Amino acid sequence: MDFDRVDKILKAYGMKETHLVSILLDIQTEANFLPREILSYVAKKLGIPLSQVCRFATFYKAFSLKPRGRHVIKTCLGTACHVRGAVKVLQTIERELGIRDGDTTRDFKFTLETVNCLGACALGPLVVIDNDYYGQMNTTKVPKMLKDY
Amino acid sequence: MRIADESGLKELKNSVLQERDSLRPCITICGGTGCHGYACEKVIAAVENEIERQNLKDKVSMRVTGCHGFCERGPIVVIYPEKVFYQRVAVDDVPEIISQTIINSKIIERLLYTDPNTGVKPVHEDDVPFYNRQKRIIFGNNGKIEPTNISDYIALDGYGALCKALFHMTPDQIIEEVNKSKLRGRGGAGFSTSKKWAITRASKKGMKFIICNCDEGDPGAYMDRSLMEGNPHLVLEGMIIGAYAIGAHEGYIYIRNEYPLAVRNVGIAIKQAEELGLLGKNILNSGFNFTITVHKAAGAFVCGEETALISSIEGKLDGPRPRPPFPAQKGLWGKPTNINNVETLANVPLIIERGADWYSKIGTEKSKGTKIFSLVGKVNNTGLVEVPMGMTLREVVFDIGGGIPKGKNFKAVQTGGPSGGCIPESLIDLPVDFERLTEVGSMMGSGGMIVMDENTCMVDVAKYFLGFLDDESCGKCVPCREGIEKMREILTNICKGEGEEGDIELLEEIALTVKETSLCGLGQTASNPVLTTIKYFRDEYEEHIRNKRCPAGVCLDLISYSIDAEKCNGCGACVRPCPTQAITGEKKKLHSLDQEKCIKCGACFETCKFDSIIIK
Repeated sequence: MDFDRVDKILKAYGMKETHLVSILLDIQTEANFLPREILSYVAKKLGIPLSQVCRFATFYKAFSLKPRGRHVIKTCLGTACHVRGAVKVLQTIERELGIRDGDTTRDFKFTLETVNCLGACALGPLVVIDNDYYGQMNTTKVPKMLKDY
Repeated sequence: MRIADESGLKELKNSVLQERDSLRPCITICGGTGCHGYACEKVIAAVENEIERQNLKDKVSMRVTGCHGFCERGPIVVIYPEKVFYQRVAVDDVPEIISQTIINSKIIERLLYTDPNTGVKPVHEDDVPFYNRQKRIIFGNNGKIEPTNISDYIALDGYGALCKALFHMTPDQIIEEVNKSKLRGRGGAGFSTSKKWAITRASKKGMKFIICNCDEGDPGAYMDRSLMEGNPHLVLEGMIIGAYAIGAHEGYIYIRNEYPLAVRNVGIAIKQAEELGLLGKNILNSGFNFTITVHKAAGAFVCGEETALISSIEGKLDGPRPRPPFPAQKGLWGKPTNINNVETLANVPLIIERGADWYSKIGTEKSKGTKIFSLVGKVNNTGLVEVPMGMTLREVVFDIGGGIPKGKNFKAVQTGGPSGGCIPESLIDLPVDFERLTEVGSMMGSGGMIVMDENTCMVDVAKYFLGFLDDESCGKCVPCREGIEKMREILTNICKGEGEEGDIELLEEIALTVKETSLCGLGQTASNPVLTTIKYFRDEYEEHIRNKRCPAGVCLDLISYSIDAEKCNGCGACVRPCPTQAITGEKKKLHSLDQEKCIKCGACFETCKFDSIIIK
């Protein structure tokens, strides 16, 4: 992502620091994560300390400071999913991919994340890869799900 | 094209209705998030193709609607005008639906819902037990509306309540009507909506704001999402009426970034309402101006708390602050601000249109109207249900929800999200309203209703909620930050089999301290999951601590898997799924499980069709 694109996003929000969250969300949508040099650039352009930008980037769950894989796996750990065995599903994905929650596979194919609720509780346990929903998951369905990618 | 006034809206409604033939078959397909989980988009494309292929464009219409509620049976298709109800519809079923049901009016039996208790197969939506015990005054229109088409909403008298409010009522009369209806906030605490409005209205003149809180963060609840996705104009109409009543000209919708479809649909709805003059400057030429901005939330549970939410919209990270001053006095940018939840606002048009007398006949003495619950967890019919306040838990879980899957025993219902508590079987006949839930130590919250069965460990559930809250606590005040972490630590130890005598008493002591001394609602209610599980399931805690046993078979450190020699027929189905090759055995002979190799992943348990895997 180049700085021209960042400039366009900043301008769309009137260069206002009150829109910092929206600015960072838009940057992440394009860049897949929040690169350090872009955070510095945003801070400089908005005339605020880098520490302030970082505070936002680390407070909200939506942001990632690390590069993410081509496919993001979101495992729901909401209550409805939890009582139906979401933890076992998560552990199986971790084992299959050899990574832990929050990590990315070496080939940058998958990033594994957990979410506190994806808001489709009737389908629990739920896993979402990119925009595809995998409902009523269990441990035995995991390998087949990962093979789709 | 702007609508000029009240009669302009009526004309538009009539012209929409005239263009439509109410007897013409219309295939409605649920496009809610739940049905997307079952790939409903493929069914939608198939219906489109089939209508085109059979050249039926003039004879059949189709509509992709928001969530119908019965998510368990998705993808759902309802065919109007008879309301034929088909469930679990697949792409391959589509040609038959068109050629049989649409053209020949024949019912396809296999697509009907079967009541597991009676074996009856109701044909029409209203006869399905999941629906016929509900009272869907708010949520019911979801199935009749294409959310991105404002005409659908107007055809159902949409924005009629706004006209009534703008042209036939004063702001004070609106507040009085809402007061008479006894509407209470659906987002958590259940504060009187009219009182909130009256305080904001009474605050000094000048800028005021109204905010719609769609940062639905309670895990296990998704009704706000489904309303926003499925019927966004209903929420907008309620919000405009609210703004007019309190004298606000600017509004914000604070909405979760994880709800992309809701963000999209409400954005389209705002644009459509502006184009018709129902939103923006000089609404319907009444002289009233009101604009709405959508603010995307980036995922922080604490931002559902109103002072933290305001700080977040201001682009700050101040977190919650002590009240008073309340937002109604000093809110967004220091101005009086009224914050209502999505479902609360969705109730407003109905109250204005049909009157408080009608509305207040529904519900109990102090809790009026209906409430949408997300009925999920270990229950047969999962989904969103709307019932009158005061319906018993038994009716919701067993009559509507169809009871517990696989004939297991019911253990508890968890309501109110992480701020709520677990209600045991002995209280199953409790009428559900704000007061009753609080009396038993839980709360209404946003309406999550998570059913738990005999295989749910209550200590693990308490640990789960504390883990969530520990993660989401903003860390500003000491009792919440430190207290939750300490409780979580004790619960983790108990689940690991390292609990000691005195742990339960220590938990109770910390829980009460956190409850009494935390700054905001997050900390003040964080103890509820711990206190209610101790109160109603103390024996489970004691079993973990004294006998190092998890009776529900959940806590990994306290259980082991083994094979039942009498039930195992040696089919070998469990061998392949086992990731550590812990199960061995010859075909048709009793298999064995190596405890050293077993990592307790549960794959064998899930695979075995003969219940021969035992968890102890």
